[in-house]
Parts: sequence; C-alpha cells; structure tokens
Amino acid sequence: MIRIDCPQCGVRDYTEFTYGGDATLQRPTSDCDDQIIWHDYVYQRENPRGLLRELWQHSQGCRCWLEVERNTVTHDIQSVQLASGGSVSGGTR
Amino acid sequence: MSYSAFSVFRHALTGNRHWPRAWRDPEPKKHYQAIIVGGGGHGLATAYYLAKEHGITNVAVLEKGYLGGGNVGRNTTIIRSNYMLDGNGPFYELGMKLWEKMSLDLNYNVMFSSRGVINLAHSKAQFDAFARRGNSMRLNGIDAELLTREQVREQVPHLDFSEHARFPIFGGLCQPRGGTARHDAVAWGYARAADQLGVDLIQNCEVNGFIREEGAIVGVQTSRGEIRADKIGLAVAGNTSVVAAKAGLERLPIESHVLQAFVTEAYKPFVDTVVTFGAGHFYISQSDKGGLVFGGDLDGYNSYAQRGGMYVAEDVITAGLAIFPQLGRLKLLRNWGGVMDMSMDGSPIICKTETPGLYLNAGWCYGGFKATPASGWCFAHTIARDEPHPLNAAYTLDRFSRGYAIDEKGVGAVPGHH
Repeated sequence: MIRIDCPQCGVRDYTEFTYGGDATLQRPTSDCDDQIIWHDYVYQRENPRGLLRELWQHSQGCRCWLEVERNTVTHDIQSVQLASGGSVSGGTR
Repeated sequence: MSYSAFSVFRHALTGNRHWPRAWRDPEPKKHYQAIIVGGGGHGLATAYYLAKEHGITNVAVLEKGYLGGGNVGRNTTIIRSNYMLDGNGPFYELGMKLWEKMSLDLNYNVMFSSRGVINLAHSKAQFDAFARRGNSMRLNGIDAELLTREQVREQVPHLDFSEHARFPIFGGLCQPRGGTARHDAVAWGYARAADQLGVDLIQNCEVNGFIREEGAIVGVQTSRGEIRADKIGLAVAGNTSVVAAKAGLERLPIESHVLQAFVTEAYKPFVDTVVTFGAGHFYISQSDKGGLVFGGDLDGYNSYAQRGGMYVAEDVITAGLAIFPQLGRLKLLRNWGGVMDMSMDGSPIICKTETPGLYLNAGWCYGGFKATPASGWCFAHTIARDEPHPLNAAYTLDRFSRGYAIDEKGVGAVPGHH
C-alpha cells in the first residue's frame, strides 16, 4: 500500500486520495491559440520510469491537492507538498 | 522439425528424451535488414510475418529478458473483436481470422478456443447500447448476437439470477467466435515459426541506445554489443516511453499503468465461455486446467512495477462476487501484474515515425493479447512496405494533433480510464 504523508493530515493510505497525474504539465493560458502547445499539454507525456512529480488530491481528507514525488518502479515517495505551494496554516497537525 | 501426431507418438516411445530444441540461440550478427526490439507476442509475430509475408528473413528480435516474459504471459488470454469504431473493428477482425487458423499456420497448438465472449447488460439502457454496438459490429462483418436474460441463463447458469442479485442481469451481447488461447504457446509458436524461417531470436539483449547517422536510426547499442539494421521496429509495450526516449521520441501519448490478473485453484467445469460484468470492471474465464482466470481495473496511478496493490485486488474480487457469489468459496492461487502502455484514446499506435529507420508499435492498453496476430501482421507490412496497411492506417501518432483520436469508450485523454 502506498502511503502519502499529507502536510495537513499526516500519513494516510493512498486509497484516501484521488490521482491527478503528471504535475509537470503547464496548462496553456486560455488565450493561447497554438494548437501544438495545446496538443502537447493534453496528449504528450514524459511517462518516466523512476521519479515522477504527480498530483494527488486528499479527497477523503482535507481535500487539498498535493504534489508528490514518487518512484514509479518502487513507489518510494521522496517528497510531498501542497500543490498551491503554500505552507500549512493553523498550527501543527 | 514439424510437430505432428506421429512425432508425438515416436518421441513417446523413446521417453520424450530426444526432442530437439524449439529454436536456436544464435549470437547476434553485425547487421540485419530489420531489428524488432521486444521479444513478446507482438515482436515475435512481427518477425514471423516479415519473413512469411514479405520474404524478409534477415531479421533479429532483441529481448532484454526471456521470450514471452512480459505481458504476453501475464494477460487473461481473452480474444474478441467486439469493437464499434471503424479504425478498430476491421483491424481486430483481421486478428480474429488469424487466430482461427493460427495453430495450423504455426504448426504449434496455441489451444485457441472459440468459446464465446458474453458482455452482461444490467439495464434496458445498457441493453440498447449493446444492440447499437452489436449492429456496428455486424456492419463490419463481425459476428454479434443479442441475448435475452433467459438466453444468458442457458449459457452461463451459475451467474447470480436470484432475486438478491445486486445487479440483476437484463441480457447480454455475445460474440460467439471470441474466446481464449494458451498465451505462452502463442509466444512460443511465433518464436519457433519465425526461427524456422531464419529469424535470429536474441535473448538477454537489452537495447541501451540507438546509433544515428545523418538523422536516421541505423542501429542499436545493446548489452551484447552494437547491432546495425536498415529498419528498427519497437514493440516494447509498457516500456515504450523508456526505449523511445533513447531514440529521440521524448514524449508520447502514452502512460504506463499496472494491471493485475488473478487465477484460482482448479475447479470443476463452471463457466465455459468468457463473461464480462456490465456494472463494474470484471472479466472471467476458466482455463483448461480448471483455474478461474479473471481481472478488472488498473491500479490507477502511473507504474512500471510488475505487481499491483491489495486494494485493487479486493475491488476486482468484489466485482466478481457480485455476479458469481460462489467464487467466494475458492482459494486464490496467484495474482500478478503487467505494465500496460495506456494510450490517450485507448487505441494503439502502429506506424512509421518521423525519424527515418524507426517504426513504432505501442499503446495497447487492455487490448494487446487479442491483437497479437493482427498487430504483428500490420507492423510487418508497415516496416516492409514503408507505409501502413489500410487496416492500421488510422493508428498513427499524429491522429491526436489532427483530431482523429479513436476513443472507443469515450472517456477522453485520461489514459488510466481506458
């Protein structure tokens, strides 16, 4: 079982989370009309064998989106942070 | 040598001690006309059809491990061509026709069994959707039959038809020519037949890089030295992104996900067809040894691990119990995982790439095993003729940018959902 250390809630089973996929993709701005840029964003993936930066939402917990660095072969997790880039507020968990 | 009833009898008399090896174990040559990277079902089939259909016998198949050690030996062996969209239906139907004569063609018993594939419908709406699918299949010349609840009951009496069933069975869609085959035999049969036509099968030979000259790919660097070739085809399934990146294709419309499969202890004849659940993701058949072979959902996150998590195992088994409550009395013998090359629209890619000398066969999602003969046949055609056959013309890499995605399930560009 993959266990994710949520910055808000602590270590939880991954079954509490919803997978959001590759976190390195940059959504183009809404006024972008370059089809190639949109195509790359929607369809093209690096799909690394090894470390992947990805999004998980703690949908059955604090509902925060997290950015997790996970090894896709061993499932070892290197780091977890809020996807917003912010820090945990309201004291310690 | 050719396998026959006579050869079985003759070798039985000498205690089966003198069977010759099924294929050679050659040293790699310096140069080949074509190299196929990946000694799984698709790679071996491609090499076989290159030799048989196109007379290209100076071919090597490079396999990093042993032949058939990947997904061709890890799937649930289901064969069907019940697709709806034009790009898919005729392609899988070619596969179905090749399956029907495969054992004779390869002189190897792949134990193909046309036992039928039944998709269960649990509501009137789902039944109507199946009628639409069945009609599309018949328009493409593929067999399809709508079954009422009573007709399903006749064929699969052990399904839960009681009033307690959580998802009552309304009817089903059957493809009678679909079925199963012995998956290892498919890899071995293609390997032996390709070897007999002169193809070199090189095992324990990992491709670590590609040799380029003037923008073209002209060879590979492997763990067993440098090997050159005029044409190089990739058929590496779950490892497509890794190998293709070494050839300069940095990003592809593919994500690798792990899919689990399960087999129970051997049991008396229980279900003699393939059954798929309509209210969840579950499919099951019974092997000739008696084990119930089944599978369901992906684990749900990118993975190159050839094993899955217990949570999904529980989820798949729960779905199974919803239609076959008796399964709860059986012991699970084994479960395992394989790495799927999930494409962005759920359909495969068989094409030339923009790099001269490089050809790509990938994106098989759940559909790789049944597609083995058609995939090899079409990939061989594409490599030999430098252009796709009409049956794989839709399976290009640029279909996504041109707006021609073939999304059978209609779930959009989320590979884990196909």
